[in-house]
This record gives sequence, structure tokens and C-alpha cells, in this order.
Amino acid sequence: MVHCFTWEGTHIVVDVYSGAVHIMEPAAYALTEYYAAHGWEDTPPQETVLAELNAFAPQDLAQAYEELKELVEQGLLFTPDAYAEIAKNYHNQPVVKALCIHIAHDCNLRCAYCFADEGAFGGTRELMPEEVGKAAIDFVIARSGNRRNIEIDFFGGEPLMNFDVVKSTVAYARSREQETGKRFRFTITTNGMLLTDDIMEYINENMVNVVLSIDGRKEVNDRVRCRVDGSGSYDKIVPKFQKLAESRGQDNYYVRGTFTRHNLDFAQDVLHLADLGFKQTSVEPVVAPFDVDYALQYEDIPKIYEQYDILAKEYIRRRKEGKGFNFFHFMVDLDQGPCVYKRLSGCGSGSEYLAVAPNGDIYPCHQFVGNEEFRMGNVLKQEEPFRRDISETFASCNVYSKPACRDCWAKFYCSGGCPANAQQFNGDLNKPYDLGCELQRKRIECAIAIKAALAEEEE
Amino acid sequence: MKQVKTLNGKVLTKSVAGGGCGECQTSCQSACKTSCTVANQKCENIK
Repeated sequence: MVHCFTWEGTHIVVDVYSGAVHIMEPAAYALTEYYAAHGWEDTPPQETVLAELNAFAPQDLAQAYEELKELVEQGLLFTPDAYAEIAKNYHNQPVVKALCIHIAHDCNLRCAYCFADEGAFGGTRELMPEEVGKAAIDFVIARSGNRRNIEIDFFGGEPLMNFDVVKSTVAYARSREQETGKRFRFTITTNGMLLTDDIMEYINENMVNVVLSIDGRKEVNDRVRCRVDGSGSYDKIVPKFQKLAESRGQDNYYVRGTFTRHNLDFAQDVLHLADLGFKQTSVEPVVAPFDVDYALQYEDIPKIYEQYDILAKEYIRRRKEGKGFNFFHFMVDLDQGPCVYKRLSGCGSGSEYLAVAPNGDIYPCHQFVGNEEFRMGNVLKQEEPFRRDISETFASCNVYSKPACRDCWAKFYCSGGCPANAQQFNGDLNKPYDLGCELQRKRIECAIAIKAALAEEEE
Repeated sequence: MKQVKTLNGKVLTKSVAGGGCGECQTSCQSACKTSCTVANQKCENIK
């Protein structure tokens, strides 16, 4: 399978099953499209091919054929699918290697789009007790098998509302590292309202990554990310985030926003964050039921695509001028990146990656928290059976178990999409959220096109 | 005139041999929390 697309006049071909990416001249591109539709042929273009592609000189087509043939022989073009069996057998014995710890089901903001029900996750507002944090650490150690690296993300609600328990949980995990041979890596997601110099220092010493929530321009951010009294958060958080980003050497953090139907010109928000000096940015499409006013709709797709194009062009321009920044969804490592096993299985929710609520209840991921149908157990209740059936259901999901992914060229970049979104929109883990797929494919095209443009520049 | 410029090799095909050690970061822990992108994740075995 190949994916052919043209971006700003550059013809790009992605060979899906090898991962190779090619930039092609028009004749080679047209010939590749022809063979993609009709099947590869081991003989040079015959009369029918030449007649169909008569816009090109026969000698160009002949040369193009020779180059394509070499790529086919090298396993870089029209590579056959060799991963279906791997997908069937991988994940037979799932181990837990990452936890999203909901340290606080409470929040000091009232963001309109919050999937966490403004921190409460459909339940009561509560903070995780210290004993639950420690039990979560014991739980992941016990279930992590031979995995050495364990990731803990402190999430909420707003984690800084229960920072003492963040610290006690980190200290407890560290105290068990030597004895267990595990290495914990901590991350935290915060809205920044309670950030102080002391907390920043602690984060810098203990967290490998920090996600700072901000949506972009002041009017965009403050329309949605409001305090309890309705006032905006922008003025309070921006200086704190700038200070924290600088103190981390402009690395190992993300300023992370959400765009909604209210700011479909979100490229300006990403650029605004870059203009504020942030080098690590991420602004993602809101995921919301179609009947709410801020939800993205299918009819918004052309506008959103246009914004990704605007952003990609500016991204390239700034890179070339030495003023580049990273945008999470445009970051793709064509030379290495994750292995095929990772690309098949994706986020690992429900099996490798679980979420723990303040009361100790375990769910497949942060987005399932509060959904009783998916409650898997409780870290405090060792006697209660762990729902292996749920774990196995999630573990069996991969790009080959999802019919919509079968013919999608982007499956090894997104790994089949977000299971929580699939469940939310279609009631089926194996039925991806289609609007999300449409946007994902566009982002990946842009990411690859940026690589191509920068590679051309280097020559 | 050369018709094709290849940007990278067969990264997926080659990665099968490693067997998938599973030590890499969980993608949702990095920044997204609502979408699923793995292609920007790093392999733990490549320094």
C-alpha cells in the first residue's frame, strides 16, 4: 500500500508497510499512482501505460520505472503487509507499565470543554489520600513484570491542589526503586494556577515532563479556561509557564491547548504560544459530542485542514530562519521512531496503561474514569478480583482488529486511534472516531511534508 | 534527471527484528491525553 499526496507542489509517496517516504518528480509520481491503482508490474511501462500517462516524455517514464523498480526490489515501495501475524501474537501477557494517577478530582478552573467534568469525573470532588498513592505504586510494581521503566503521570482535576500527596507518592516510589530494580519516571499535568517557585523547583528535580495547559491567545484561553468566578486564567498562568519553561531549558515540557469550534483559526493560537517563547507546543482538537456548541463538525474539516497548512508553512519558515519550535503533532521521526510493535498496539490503555481514581478504583485510562462498566478493580482492595477480561479486551485491540484501519495509510502513525474516543462515539473499541481520523491523517501529511521541505532545504 | 529522492529507509520492516521490548514511553503520557499519536515517540533503545 502506498499513499500519494502533493503538498505545496511537492509530490510525496509514503510506502505504508516499510515506512519509507519518497519525494518524486511528476513522471515518477504519476507512474506510482498508476501502479498503486493497477498493481505493480515487473516489466517496463507498455503501450497502455504510456498512452494513459502521455503527458510525460517516454524517456522520463522509462527512467522513473527503473528507479521505482529498484525501490521495489529494496523493499522500499509497494512493500507487502507482513505484520498481521505479529499483531495476533503480540500482547499475550500484558504487563502494566504506566499509571495515570488522578491525584485530585477537583479543579480551580471551570473549563467549558473539560472531559473530566471540571475535575469531578461524574462523581464527587475529592483528593487522593496518601495511602492510595502508595497502593498505586505497589500495584504497578507488582504488575509490571520484567519492565524496568515505569511511568507515573499525576493528573486531575488539578494535581497541584493535592501536591503533598504528589510528593509523598514520588518519595514512596523512589524508596522502592532499588529493591525492585524499577526506574520511575514522573510527569505532571497542570493548569498552572497554583504554581509557585518552590513547586517549580520540585517539578524540575523530579518530573521528566510537565504538561502546562493553555489554549493560546488570551481571548481564546479566557473564553474557555475560566476561574470559578468566571474570570480568565491567561494573565496568571503565562508568566509562570514562561518561567518554568525557561527553567527547564525549553525542553521536557509542553504547553498544551485544545482548540474548539470557537477558534477554528487555531494556527494563530499555536503561533501565539511560539511567540510567547515556548519551544514545545501542542494544541489538539477538542473531542466532544456533536450536539454541543463548541464541538468540531464534519463541515469544519476544510477550515481545519487550511489551518494545519498555514501552521506547517509557518513552521517551516521559522525553522529555516533558526527560530523554530516544536508542535507535538508535527513531530515525526522518519529515520527511527517507535518499532512496529508499538505502532500496532498504540497507547496501551486498559493493559499497559491504567488510571487510578482518588478512591483507588482502576480504569483503562483517564478518559474512562467514573465509567462503572469499565471499572477494573481497586488498588486498596487486593482481595477483589482484577478484571482481566477488560484488560484482555483492550490488549487485543490493534490496527488489525479495526476494520476502518485496514485500508488506511496512516495506521502506523496513529496506531488505530484513541480507544476512549472510539468507545465514546461508537460504543466499540474497534471502531475509531472517524472525525478524529480525518484530522489525524491531515496532521501526518503535514508532518511528513515538513520533513520533506526541510530535507530539500538541507541539500 | 533523477526522478525519486528517498528520505528514509525501511524503518518498519527493520524494527520487527527487535521484538518490541515495551520499555518505551506510553504515548498518552507525553502530551496528548485525548488523541493517539505514536509516530512521534522515541524508541528507548536508540540513544
